[in-house]
Amino acid sequence: MTPNNSVLGASVSRLEDHGLLTGQSRFIDDLQLPGTLSAAFVRSPYGHALINGVNTEAACQVPGVVAVYTLTDLQPWLTDTRMATGLPSNSFRLDVNPRVLAADEVVYVGEPIAVVIAASRYAAEDAADLVEVDCEPLEVVADCRAALLADSPGAHRKLSHNLVAAFDFDYGHVEDAFRQADVIINESFRLHRGGAHSIEGRGAVASHDPVTGKLTLWTSTQRPHGVKRVICDLLGCNDDSVRVVAPQIGGGFGPKLVCYPEEVVVAVCGKLLQQPVKWTQDRYEYFLSTTQERDQYWDVEIAVDNDAMIKGVRGALLHDHGAYTARGLNVPYASGVALPLAYNIPAYHLDVYAVLTNKVPVTPVRGAGQPQGVFVMERLLDRVAAGLSLDRAEVRRRNLVRKEQMPCRKSLKLRGGTEVILDSGDYPATQELALEHAGWAAFGERQQAALEQGRHIGIGLANFVEGTGRGPYETVTVRINPSGNILVATGATAMGQSTQTMLAQIVAGQLGGDLSLVSVNCGDTDATPLGFGGFNSRQTVVAGASAHAAARAVRDKVFRLASRRLEAAERDLEINGHNVFVKDMPDRKLTFAQLARAASGLPGFKLPVAESGPGLEATESVVIDDMVYSNGSAVAEVEVDIDTGQVDIHRFLIVHDCGRMINPALVEGQVAGGIAHGIGNALFEWMGFDDNAQPVTTTFADYLLVSADKMPALELFHRESASPFNELGVKGVGESGCLPTPAAIVAAIEDALKPFDVKLNQAPLTPAVLWGLIRPAPGISAPEHWRSPGIDTAAYRKGVLL
Amino acid sequence: MKAAPFTYHRPGKLEEALDILSRVAGQDGRIIAGGQSLVPMMALRLAQPAHLVDINEIASLRGTGVERQTLVIRALARHADFHQPALTGPLGPLLATVAQNIAHYPIRQRGTFCGSLAHADPASEWCLAAVTLGGTVIARRRGGAREIPAGEFIQGPLTTTLEPDEMISAVHLPVPDQTGRFGFYEFNRRAGDFAPAMSLVTFTVQDETVTQVRLGVGGAEETPRRLSQVEEALNNKPLTDAQIRMASELAASLITPLEDALIPQDYRRQIVKTAVRRALEAAQGSRHGQ
Ligand SMILES: Cc1cc2nc3c(=O)[nH]c(=O)nc-3n(C[C@H](O)[C@H](O)[C@H](O)COP(=O)(O)OP(=O)(O)OC[C@H]3O[C@@H](n4cnc5c(N)ncnc54)[C@H](O)[C@@H]3O)c2cc1C
Repeated sequence: MTPNNSVLGASVSRLEDHGLLTGQSRFIDDLQLPGTLSAAFVRSPYGHALINGVNTEAACQVPGVVAVYTLTDLQPWLTDTRMATGLPSNSFRLDVNPRVLAADEVVYVGEPIAVVIAASRYAAEDAADLVEVDCEPLEVVADCRAALLADSPGAHRKLSHNLVAAFDFDYGHVEDAFRQADVIINESFRLHRGGAHSIEGRGAVASHDPVTGKLTLWTSTQRPHGVKRVICDLLGCNDDSVRVVAPQIGGGFGPKLVCYPEEVVVAVCGKLLQQPVKWTQDRYEYFLSTTQERDQYWDVEIAVDNDAMIKGVRGALLHDHGAYTARGLNVPYASGVALPLAYNIPAYHLDVYAVLTNKVPVTPVRGAGQPQGVFVMERLLDRVAAGLSLDRAEVRRRNLVRKEQMPCRKSLKLRGGTEVILDSGDYPATQELALEHAGWAAFGERQQAALEQGRHIGIGLANFVEGTGRGPYETVTVRINPSGNILVATGATAMGQSTQTMLAQIVAGQLGGDLSLVSVNCGDTDATPLGFGGFNSRQTVVAGASAHAAARAVRDKVFRLASRRLEAAERDLEINGHNVFVKDMPDRKLTFAQLARAASGLPGFKLPVAESGPGLEATESVVIDDMVYSNGSAVAEVEVDIDTGQVDIHRFLIVHDCGRMINPALVEGQVAGGIAHGIGNALFEWMGFDDNAQPVTTTFADYLLVSADKMPALELFHRESASPFNELGVKGVGESGCLPTPAAIVAAIEDALKPFDVKLNQAPLTPAVLWGLIRPAPGISAPEHWRSPGIDTAAYRKGVLL
Repeated sequence: MKAAPFTYHRPGKLEEALDILSRVAGQDGRIIAGGQSLVPMMALRLAQPAHLVDINEIASLRGTGVERQTLVIRALARHADFHQPALTGPLGPLLATVAQNIAHYPIRQRGTFCGSLAHADPASEWCLAAVTLGGTVIARRRGGAREIPAGEFIQGPLTTTLEPDEMISAVHLPVPDQTGRFGFYEFNRRAGDFAPAMSLVTFTVQDETVTQVRLGVGGAEETPRRLSQVEEALNNKPLTDAQIRMASELAASLITPLEDALIPQDYRRQIVKTAVRRALEAAQGSRHGQ
């Protein structure tokens, strides 16, 4: 049995492992209720088109087909044809909520138009092929830069422009900073991120119970409570008649954070047909219809003095929003916040333009815009170093937020209006440790020696600070059952990041330390009516705080009751496993089962401890407004094959600080996964669209994820600066690995290519792009994605918009 | 991602398979061997054959054998059958080296040499090997067979001279001189990806000069092919570094590169140049392969 004090902070094996390793965990496609029907969606083949009509006759004739529905068929059952899934912001200029099904206009390839319900998925797909959609193609908005020009068509027919939102960040005296600067460096960046590509795609099963009238939707979501809200509102149901459950989830990484049309349609169909309906997304559909992060264009300048001290940063960011507002402005907002976090930047101005395009909507992918902000800042600092002939690490050393500034109030606000206060950490020490492990100082010699053999190696450094633990709360109930086991129920949602284990460790830390007694119920709106779910590296911080508080409250009840029964002072009691006993007298004990039974009461008798109330149970919702900030420093070492543009990552190390670690092995798993994703963003993942906004990378043969042979052995190091903002001292870790990775790798590539004097202002960098930059052959025009990026703000100003 | 309906046949004898094929050929009946190209295409509904003739039960089509200076590669010889040298002499290690570059381990357990030729993907390693080494395709239909040189068999991307009622029962590769040397190099971004350029070269060395040079390039053009001008430029001369450089530049200038969204033509030329150079360097440095 694990003693109490060691379960918290130990790399215990996961509660989730048994189910996963024995094949007993149930994912969406494993749920097979009797009589389940299958759904397949008919999707738009065009980026932008009018729909003149939909003919379902032939499809209805396919054997096994039960129904084919368009919006017209479903509308009587819906309170609205649009889904309100975005977060509010007064920066919005256009109102473009997604449609449940497209009826008269489609605005991206893959937008659902109709649904076929059949006895099998095979029959459903056969029939979906036969649904005839009479489309009239319209002008397409495929590029978010062109979308802002005065003569651009609208991404929606009825819109006269595509600037869906505009806002800025502004603090300090920016004009003065630039007027007084010794050096100003101006750069343009083109940053692209693709999708999230969890192993399990989306999917949902709806089942309506005609007796109770209750609709249950199992769905592969990061936010069951968010989905429930949309379903209740659109179906006009009260909260008690809908239950949404997230079963085992094979990864989320962001896109499963919003409610999608398919979830609503499946729910309506389950109710309408009075038979369970299942939809399992396949990978092709994932590429077409699951939200992505895609394109950002930055024009920025940095002002420094001759000592490389930053005076100010200013610029503009153009952000591809996609065709609808599926989540809000959080991605470009997070990019803008991430940029100045790690450094002392006295003045900052960033104009942000979110632009509609005829592409699947943009919502967060692991990192949520922060890697782009980090990339821009880190590349600017490398340029400052080059401009002033200083070591890249030295420039950072001079400007990093220092330990003695903590807690450090930044002149920035979070999207909900609360202030950004860096809670803790020693950023310069983190960087020093990374440099030391990397052998940074001695690298120059190695580089020179390699170059003499014709090999091009390089090293790059990037720092990051990540806002984690988004509030306001996550409810947790802890209960010791009369059978002696401990049940934890929470609105937090597990999507593969070991949330159950994390919560169990926190609870067991207060209640005897035996993890085998603990089970955790996540992501079920019936078990926990209020909740938010998994996103923003938040659950260890927010749900962790409530779990800690609830477990302590239960512990108090246990001690109060046991102290009476064992006739000992509370301070003399201890818990080990399920035994509560008097210190040094292990035989004077009661078990959890005995205590929980006693606490349940007997008919006609007084409760044993009146002031504790019945049972050994507590529910807490610790409210947290301020975020807590993880930080880290990454160093990448690469070799570039100059004959092919191929990059090999020789080393990748990170020194990482997410406060106190509940379980170091889980932290390392999260950091490593984030780095893998970051390597993908640096070198591989490209979600391509052609000029008609047709996706051109819709299989894993075209859309490249990082593969095992391209993953270097990672070197992970930890610092633990406990956060003073929560009792456990924890900070989030789910996303941080991907924040510094593209910046560090691209910096290393640039360093390796010093002899060619190339500037790398984009990601991902494919071998073809790199080789093109090394050897632009005269007379050969580079393809679009080679060309130097840039926001033509002057041209936009000529438009009516800015 | 569910295949359209089809009728499935699983004959146990070659004659039976040819019979069925002759009946269903007119209705887009197709052979299925390893299924590693056909099944993904069916899942995407890019291929919707009405009949599948599965040859995996036919024992006489398994494996490889050597018959009179010829390596016979039967229809069910898997990529993995070449992991260990299939015969002594340079050809075994050559084919083993090439096989390691095809797809991933699980795919190599199923995918077949003959299926790769029938499929004729421009980036197929086996197509390049068959063309460069002077292979012969044995095309069999009910009641007859014909022999087609691999270079003539492959017509274009996913296009061959095979008739709908014919199957490849085997591919024959001539067994080269025991003193032959070879080099193979392919460029791809991740192990197992379809390569945008690759090169295979074989030759023998006599009195410091190279002779009988065969040099093929694959992945870069619509079909793999031998570059006879490059072969001639190398033949009967010592293989110096300067010769290698000349040959790789000549090869790059001779090809008509494919172009796609990620790989512009001039870049493709560049990696052909690199692949040819590195294949020659590998051959130069080795007796039996790399
Ligand atoms: C992820 C992945 C990566 C891959 N990477 C590579 C790679 O790098 N290089 C490479 O070369 N291949 C690659 N492949 C393809 C793989 O090698 C296939 O196995 C091969 O191309 C076809 O062989 P098969 O036996 O699987 O053919 P099948 O898929 O069974 O059939 C393919 C086609 O050939 C026809 N056919 C098959 N056998 C015969 C026959 N005997 N006679 C007549 N017609 C026949 C079928 O009718 C069909 O049209 C990859 C596949 C995957 C899934």
